[in-house]
Amino acid sequence: MTNAESPRTAPDLRAIDAIRAELSSARGDDFWHRLEELSARPAFQDWLQQEFPSQAPRFVPALERREFLRLMGASLGVVGLAACTRQPDERIVPFARAPEYVVPGQPRYFASALTLGGAALGVLVESHMGRPTKIEGNPDHPASLGATDALAQAAILSLYDPDRSHSCLRAGQIDTWSAFTGELSGRLERLAALQGQGLSILHAGESSPTLADQLARLSTRFPRARVHRWTPVHRDQERAGAELAFGRDVGTHYHLDRAEVVLALEADLLGSGPGAVRYARDFAHGRLGRAGAAGMNRLYAVESTLSLTGAMADERLALRPSEVEGFARRVARELGLAVEAPALDAFAERFAVAAARALDARRGAGLVVAGREADPAVHALAHTINYELGNTGATLEHTDPLDDLARPAAADLRALVEDVRARRVDTLLVLGGNPAYDAPAELDFAGALASVPFRVHLSAQVDETSALCHWHVPEAHALESWGDARAHDGTVTIVQPLIAPLFGGKSALELLAFVLGEGEKSAYETLRERWRAKSGLAGADFERFWREALHDGVVAGTGAPGVEVHLRSSLDFGASPATATGGLELALRPDASTFDGRFANNAWLQELPRPITRLVWDNALLIGPRTARERELENGDVVELAHEGRHLRAPVWVVPGQAEGTLTLHLGYGRRRAGALGTGVGCDAYALRTGERPWFVTGVELVRTGERHELVTVQKHPSQEHRSLARVATFDRFRADPLGATRPEHGTSELAPPSLYPGFPYEGHAWGMVIDLNACIGCNACMIACQAENNIPVVGKGQVANGREMHWIRIDRYYEEPAGTVDERVTVVHQPVPCMHCENAPCEVVCPVGATVHSSEGLNEMVYNRCVGTRYCSNNCPYKVRRFNFFPYADFETESLKLQRNPDVTVRSRGVMEKCTYCVQRINQARIQAQKEERPLRDGEIVSACQAVCPTQAIVFGDVNDEASAVARLRKEPHHYGLLAELGTRPRTTYLAKLRNPDAELSGT
Amino acid sequence: MAQIFHPSFNTLSKVSIFGAVFFLGAAVWGWDMLLRSPYNTQVDVAREQPVPFSHKHHVAGLGIDCRFCHSSVEDSSFAGIPPTKTCMGCHSMVWKDAAMLAPVRESFQSDRPIPWTRVHDLPDFAYFDHSIHVKKGIGCTTCHGQVDEMPLTWRTATLNMDWCLDCHRDPAANVRPRARVFDVHWDARGLDDAERAALAASYDVKSRLDCSTCHR
Repeated sequence: MTNAESPRTAPDLRAIDAIRAELSSARGDDFWHRLEELSARPAFQDWLQQEFPSQAPRFVPALERREFLRLMGASLGVVGLAACTRQPDERIVPFARAPEYVVPGQPRYFASALTLGGAALGVLVESHMGRPTKIEGNPDHPASLGATDALAQAAILSLYDPDRSHSCLRAGQIDTWSAFTGELSGRLERLAALQGQGLSILHAGESSPTLADQLARLSTRFPRARVHRWTPVHRDQERAGAELAFGRDVGTHYHLDRAEVVLALEADLLGSGPGAVRYARDFAHGRLGRAGAAGMNRLYAVESTLSLTGAMADERLALRPSEVEGFARRVARELGLAVEAPALDAFAERFAVAAARALDARRGAGLVVAGREADPAVHALAHTINYELGNTGATLEHTDPLDDLARPAAADLRALVEDVRARRVDTLLVLGGNPAYDAPAELDFAGALASVPFRVHLSAQVDETSALCHWHVPEAHALESWGDARAHDGTVTIVQPLIAPLFGGKSALELLAFVLGEGEKSAYETLRERWRAKSGLAGADFERFWREALHDGVVAGTGAPGVEVHLRSSLDFGASPATATGGLELALRPDASTFDGRFANNAWLQELPRPITRLVWDNALLIGPRTARERELENGDVVELAHEGRHLRAPVWVVPGQAEGTLTLHLGYGRRRAGALGTGVGCDAYALRTGERPWFVTGVELVRTGERHELVTVQKHPSQEHRSLARVATFDRFRADPLGATRPEHGTSELAPPSLYPGFPYEGHAWGMVIDLNACIGCNACMIACQAENNIPVVGKGQVANGREMHWIRIDRYYEEPAGTVDERVTVVHQPVPCMHCENAPCEVVCPVGATVHSSEGLNEMVYNRCVGTRYCSNNCPYKVRRFNFFPYADFETESLKLQRNPDVTVRSRGVMEKCTYCVQRINQARIQAQKEERPLRDGEIVSACQAVCPTQAIVFGDVNDEASAVARLRKEPHHYGLLAELGTRPRTTYLAKLRNPDAELSGT
Repeated sequence: MAQIFHPSFNTLSKVSIFGAVFFLGAAVWGWDMLLRSPYNTQVDVAREQPVPFSHKHHVAGLGIDCRFCHSSVEDSSFAGIPPTKTCMGCHSMVWKDAAMLAPVRESFQSDRPIPWTRVHDLPDFAYFDHSIHVKKGIGCTTCHGQVDEMPLTWRTATLNMDWCLDCHRDPAANVRPRARVFDVHWDARGLDDAERAALAASYDVKSRLDCSTCHR
């Protein structure tokens, strides 16, 4: 405890008087000696610190200076000596019997799929000598087209998560699979005699046809068994909306490439949900900002919280969740439908009219999308508008629902809990999921679960639900098990394992096979049997079908056929909902990183800045600036929320673009048993989530607690300060004056300002990258793809707070506020920033040891083994893209994490600078391949990790010397520019300005 | 005022100034010699292996091609160490009871690999690709020496960076016809400088000196 913190007491004036008296007699040398002696006295020191507390030592040094130097010297000597050893002997361990096609040193790729939120994303998994290291998109898969999202990229880390469950547990004690099956089979025999009376299965299965088939077959052995399904991010609203509109549930998928006008109602269709990756691609292709482009689609977004889709919108309206239905009604009425609509405020009214007119003008090429979180009525209104305008069948398609379940998820779980409370459940098998954590709050699922006589949980981690069960069985990861999964349009992918279960996990298919009385039947056999029956093929024909399906990653002809639907004749939307009472509304959303909580222990995702807020390692209660001012709240203030007797404490974070009077909290935090990293991170939004109102609640009470919580963001400054870093223009201006539209007010637009020095002639290749800000949706996929490809470590919340995050590519988010408007109407621009590979790189000239140098092809190279860690380069980099290993961030200890590393990239240790290399390992590999085939490198052959993953193809890499290359063509676009090019750095990474297509009727307020 | 320094300090200071330069130079030279000595580089040091495999016997004696065992040398960065099954292809018939080969049989029966000691070991921050060097007409013996004369295998090159750069700066000196890449008896004197330069040009040899060629 320092004096500065101690309560100030009045300085003792007697002490200073005594010192004055002593000194008054001394002169010359004697005076100075005496002064020195006096100043060392404790009494004087005490007085000094009482008088000037700010000068008291901030902290008491634990070491004396001399002691410190002595230890420093000793450790230098020891470390120096330790470095003098010879290179240790290394072993080469070949196979005893080599498997076919495995060439050491060359990766292989296998098609598979990852399922999330009810739909599959086709992937190609890179495998080095049997260990999966990286996930890429499958170009042949309709949901991927070669791209993936951030969550799919991070799946590889979840596979190697050392906190995954390693064995079966019986009442928390380690036990074996055979002991489990022994105990279970006894019970199952007894249950079979009772026709399954008392057997309930709760699964979290998502769109697997074989799992559905197994569950259907359950009724032969256990006719009276009950099957329930729960997943917290469900499509109950969508389903209810379809039933309202058509009288039946339908699946809906969109063709955004055909849509010229899109109205998104509380829908984050680019950022989250089934098909988002494909939708982002189609959307970006509908608004390619190029010289001579004839047109551009226009997106109207109406939402409560600024989402990635809202950030991309040309016109955006912030509304409370409860007001969205009224807005949709207003649009419908404007389009001439017989729907009652409430009065809207002036701007919302104009917005509704403008959107309706735009949709009306583009009948058959317009689209209204209601999001997963929108109310059923909003879904029904969207269906009605699309149907009436002739959009159905053109820009959107209906199919049979991908999962034909008897009940909506929330009702299904409630039915299970009622069964349990009525003591009708004797044996409960929970296959996947974590209902004890994420079930609706009013059900008290954990309490009900504890009263089931025999309960089993299959899960990847020992989580909240496992802790309450008699048996826990480790679940195999998707990359370790056989299965199948449907994409958003119904296309089926066979999920194939890349590696045998690392920790002896079992898949739901295997556990169910045992329950069905098929013994230890492998998932592979179950799957092949099902597909043999389904395809109607046998023998060699089936083998051919099977191998093709595995190779391509899609089962041909499985896309769900379109169904024709008609609006219910009795469809009546009734009276407008009552206008909101003015209390606060709370919107709940799946998180971009933890989703529903399942990725809470994934360090890559936790450290991935959340879209828009750029927060890491936390969730926060998002609140609009005006509401925050009214309530006198600042970033980091902890508040208590109360609703219907339920309470929750959360720190607030002020976000422009948030509908005023609306709070937003993301699900998936506040985990109580999530592993070493995820436990206790953030606050648990499920505490306020009910089955009745899963996505928003009204009438929330908010009370300040006076406490503070440190929230860490990677971007503290929201504005560009008129520096034209991320340039934006309107499409109309761009079309009228392509060059002038994006020219900055200050500085130069010239990529290479005149210089006194002669330039370096780049003969041969000259690598460059163009990032199209018009396509970038800010989804973070590039950040995490780069992390996986380049062995980038995570550093933790505390280090990020010190500005020491390690991402080689970051996404800067800038707010632009149209002059004179309120915060709600803020617009956003995202700008990915990797290393610029400047031709005149400021970092290179300051390195004293030549650790960062320029290559003959224009790469700004970082040579780790030369770097001594002066960090001069980082200081001199105007883009702040260099990252320094202040500590040994890379994990050299954990065995399972070593398996994930890319063998083609060095794992960096402490004291070394690192940064984007343009994926030089991929450049070298492609070059060697081309040379071996005796041909020149082709354009598009080298694909950087960030480019490969990008859903909107916003990143293009290639040879700028090759006139015909895609990157060279983009560099000739009129809105092409270099970031801070006026500094004369001659960056190789350059940008295309963002273009907006605002509605003339709405602009100018 | 009394003299602080005795006159003999004049000599002493001269000796120590000269000595400092000399001893420092000697220390640097000694250090460099140590780094380049076989103690550090392991050049000419025959390495012990779990099985005393003789290249001399298999290559010179039996005339087995390099690629019979190092099968991925033309396709991959790594030349490949043969799986035990390759050894057993012959040794299930010849020398099948030799005590020396017990570890090989043991490996094959138990399906556990033989842990060979790596002879040519680059540091982990250096990335080398065999396939492209083979493609450009760099022969095995250029770097690995006369393997056909090695009863146990050792290094003949230091694998230091200057050794790599010597060739990358003047690759033509080591280029040979592709057909002779695996020929252990190839004599570099078989071609004169002009012929080698022409060969390098026809193979489009563009050896690179950028750091990221090997370090990444």
